This record gives sequence, structure tokens and C-alpha cells, in this order.
Amino acid sequence: MALTIIESCVNCWACEPLCPSKAIIEAKPHFLIDAKKCSECDGDFAEPQCASICPIEGAILDAAGLAVNPPGSLTGIPPERLAAAQAEIRAR
Amino acid sequence: MELKVKSQGGCASSGCGSSADRLSHLPEAIRAKVNNHPCFSEDAHHHYARMHVAVAPACNIQCHYCNRKYDCSNESRPGVVSELLTPDQAVKKVLAVAANIPQMTVLGIAGPGDPLANPERTLETFRQLSEKAPDIRLCVSTNGLALPELVDEICKHNIEHVTITINCVDPDVGAKIYPWIFWKNRRVKGRKAAEILIAQQQKGLEMLVERGVLVKVNSVLIPGVNDAHLKEVSRVVKAKGAFLHNVMPLIAEEEHGTFYGLMGQRGPTNEELQTLQDACAGDMAMMRHCRQCRADAVGMLGEDRGHEFTLDKIETMEIDYTAAMARRAQVHAEIEANRAAQRTQSGEVFVSLASLKRPAPKKTETRPVLMAVATAGSGVVNQHFGHAREFLVYEASATDVRFIGARKVDLYCSGGDTCGDAETTLQKIIRTLSGCEVVLCSKIGYEPWGQLEAAGIVPNGEHAMEPIEEAVAAVYREMLESGRLDHAPAPEQRMSA
Ligand code: SF4
Ligand code: SF4
Ligand code: SF4
Repeated sequence: MALTIIESCVNCWACEPLCPSKAIIEAKPHFLIDAKKCSECDGDFAEPQCASICPIEGAILDAAGLAVNPPGSLTGIPPERLAAAQAEIRAR
Repeated sequence: MELKVKSQGGCASSGCGSSADRLSHLPEAIRAKVNNHPCFSEDAHHHYARMHVAVAPACNIQCHYCNRKYDCSNESRPGVVSELLTPDQAVKKVLAVAANIPQMTVLGIAGPGDPLANPERTLETFRQLSEKAPDIRLCVSTNGLALPELVDEICKHNIEHVTITINCVDPDVGAKIYPWIFWKNRRVKGRKAAEILIAQQQKGLEMLVERGVLVKVNSVLIPGVNDAHLKEVSRVVKAKGAFLHNVMPLIAEEEHGTFYGLMGQRGPTNEELQTLQDACAGDMAMMRHCRQCRADAVGMLGEDRGHEFTLDKIETMEIDYTAAMARRAQVHAEIEANRAAQRTQSGEVFVSLASLKRPAPKKTETRPVLMAVATAGSGVVNQHFGHAREFLVYEASATDVRFIGARKVDLYCSGGDTCGDAETTLQKIIRTLSGCEVVLCSKIGYEPWGQLEAAGIVPNGEHAMEPIEEAVAAVYREMLESGRLDHAPAPEQRMSA
């Protein structure tokens, strides 16, 4: 039971101070989660804190290897609406 | 606190006189606070320097104009830095800069994330500095989300200025700017997120004003999103006692990797920005000299000497701050004497400028003219055209000379060829100067001279070393006398950047 940070992490530090288990490690080329320490925030918070503040879609994976924040979940624009939204914004 | 800027008639409101006069109606205590603050006082920015230390990486919200990958060395957008510092390293750097650049009067923490989303790192830096360097003014910028909870901490550390970025007061507008916030250990999205953020910003503003802290409000002008709405923002924050409103243009290029950049959201033209700034001006001071600094900028506004103070360099510097403080006080006194002298001088010019109306008595109004100025600081025309990284734009009219804004030559990127655009630097400069009819500089080469003239911008090197506003007024007078103001500017200058 642990989350994973992958290479799309931009090293923004947002997750690190929030982790109740001190499982997040500043590392190069990107931050990492110590799988032995990560509790998925169970018992501390309703939602995993790192994945609740991470600004990058897809940078954090759940135990099953799926993106906790899949494409479109943070921009608010699902992939199928991307082209339409872009046209709208370009017209401004 | 009487922070509200009174509306004034006569001289001060029409800006007849140097920009320092525009602050002359403020209570003495407030004037003292802003007199040598380059970001809060337009006149001060010619003379004093500021620095930012990048101690605060994390952020608790997402703005569509921000890319949180902040370590790009090619760019100088807000939020971009090259090295992140610990509070101890930051304090060391500040003392080193203060000793070596005595004009540096202000230390700000502005990121690269949100300083108040990193309260320990930010407050620890302030705590140490208020102890070790009492002659440096401290200020902080924030998106406002965590502000109400931290107002009392901020006041404890002797922070006199706070900047809040407020882009909207309407959650429907906010939902187009902020996709989410991190709030009470959860991610909140959409309109609800904007609603919470706006409420926190407004509450924070009110609390700071109550406690006598000067608040500047920054707004990013996003065409088609909040352009029409910013007048309302200006009205609201003014009513709540904000001291200054700074409307900045959106910077959105695809290569910055921001949501807006990738989606093709455009930034405003110089004209759109100026029109909005004028519309918001009313009776609250508008800031037009903002350079949208990097979160680790060092030096005068518009310049960056950060490379002189990298970690490895400051490591080897021995700083005796008591000695430095004495030298700093001396330099500040010299600057003030110099400013006082400039003020008296330009006062005389404006008297004679007003008498200009005599030679053309029938015309009640001659048209205003925009002029660009190359300056390396001290408030005088003293830079070679080819060395200018930015131009200050002034508007001269029959009654006054007013500062309109700074335009950067190499817009936020020094990536050169990688930016993939075949325009020559000179063509870029000419485009940057659109709308200006004159460019004042200390010297200019033969080739740019010709091309500028061809584009309808007259280069002028005759006022080198003169105070800017005086030089602009003199050129306006020459234009009037030679009849150049009788007809409209050449059409190619009408195009926008
Ligand atoms: S899920 Fe919770 S415990 Fe695990 S790394 Fe993220 S913040 Fe830490
Ligand atoms: S919040 Fe996301 S992007 Fe930022 S350091 Fe953590 S994992 Fe990386
Ligand atoms: S508040 Fe600042 S750091 Fe945070 S997303 Fe907005 S611009 Fe970026």
C-alpha cells in the first residue's frame, strides 16, 4: 500500500511538507515516496495529501499503478473536450 | 488607518510635476514607508533596488498562467528561479547583497510558489532579517488563500508591505483562472474553489488594512476572461483600503508550458493594458512600473544581478553588517539629496511647460504623445539605445508628463534562436515601441536610427543625462513648436504589439 511519484514530477515541493508519514524524499531527478513509510494517509486524512496538492496530472500513481490525477482532472477539461476548449480560448 | 487615497484636484491629480508628487497627499507615516520602496513608489524605482529570495517553493492553488516547473534559467517570468534557498542561505544572501548594493532597500519573498503556503520557511527568513538587518524593508506577496490565518504572524515580523494577487471578485470569472485550490487537506475544484479563494483574499486584505499594513493588489489582465471585470476589482479593493493597484499583462507563450500558453490564450496588447490601467486609475494610485520580476531577482527593477550572488559566491563573502549599515545610510542620504535636487529642477520645467499654451492660443488642447526612454537608473536619460533591455514609456501632453509603463525588449526570454522567430532584435524593439513617436536615449547607432525613423519613431540623443520627465517635456515642446503635433501620428504606429 503505497503511492509512487514518477518522472513527470516537477519538484515543486508542494507534497513534501504535507505527508503525515514523512515518506516523501527530495531526490534528483525527481521527488520520491518511500514505499515502506507511505500509509496512503490512512488514519490521518480522508484523501492522500500528496496527490491532493500535486499540480501535475499523472505524476503520482496509486498502488495499482494508475494516475491518481488522470488527464483532464486538474485542468478541468477532459481530453475529449480539449480541442473545443482550445478554440474557445484562442478566440478571446 | 487612513489608507484611502483621497481624490485630489489640481496639480497632484493631473500629475503635473514629478511622480513623487503623486504621493504627496499621503499621511507622512505612509510616505515614509514608500519613499524608498521601488515597487510601491514609481519615483523610488529609479533610485532604489530590491531583491527577492526564493525560499518558498510550494503552492496551495493553481493559476492557469503558472507553470510550477520553476527552474528555467532562460526566462525571467514571475515565479521562475534558478536556485532554491533555505532560510539560512537566504539571510546570508540578503546581507551580502545589502552590503554590496547599498541602494537595495527592500527584501521581498514572492515565491517561486506561494510564500504563505510555506509559512515556516518564509517566516523564519523574516524573523532573522528583522533582527540582523533592521534597515531593510520586508515585504511578501501571496495569492491570499492562507493569508487570514497568518496576518498576525506577518505583523509580528515587522512586515510593512504585502502584495495580494487578486484577479477577480466574482467566482464565475475565478473559475476560468483557477482550476483548483488545496483547502483544509482536500483539493477543491471549479467555482467553489474560486469562491473560497476570493473570500480569503478579501478577508486578508481587510485584516491587513485594519492593522496598518500597506497592501498592494496585483491583477493579471487576461483578455476575454477578466478584462472587463478588473474595473470592479479595482473599485472593491480600493474601497477596502488597498494602497496601490497594479494591473499586469498576462504573459502566455506556448514554450512556458502554462495552461494558458498551451491553450493559446493571448496576452493583452500595450494599448489594451494602458486603456484598462487608465480606466482603473480613478482616485487610487495605479502602479505602472512593475517589471514582473523573477522570484529571485536582485538589483534595480528591470535589471537582474542575481548571478553576482549565487550560493557559491556568497559562501566566500565576509559581511560586517554594522559597517555596511553605516555605508548604506550614507548612500541613501546621497540619493535623497539627489532626488530633492531633481524635484526642484523639474518643478521649474513644468512652469514653463504650462506657458506653452501661449504660442498656440486657439488650440485648447494639443494631442498627447508617447515617448520611450532608455535609462539605466537615477531617473535620467542615460542609456545607449543598443544596451536597453527595456524602455520606459511616458505620455507627454500640454499639461503634464506621466509615466505609462515599462516595455521589455526581449520579452521575458533570452532563449535566442530557440524561440523560433526570425524577427531581428531591432524589428522586435520597433514592435515593442509601437505607439511611441520618439525614443530618448544617450546615444544610438546609425542603422537603428534609420530603421526607427522609417517606422515613424524619431530617435533623440540630445537630452542625455537630463532628468527623464524634463527631457520628455522639452521634446514635446520642440514637437509643438515645429508643428509636428498639428497632424496625427503616422499610421504604422497605430498597430499594436
Ligand atoms: S499518500 Fe500520504 S503518506 Fe503516502 S506519500 Fe502521500 S502524503 Fe505521504
Ligand atoms: S507535488 Fe507533485 S510535482 Fe510537486 S514535488 Fe510532489 S510529486 Fe512532484
Ligand atoms: S499562486 Fe503563484 S505559484 Fe501558485 S499557481 Fe498561482 S502563480 Fe503559480
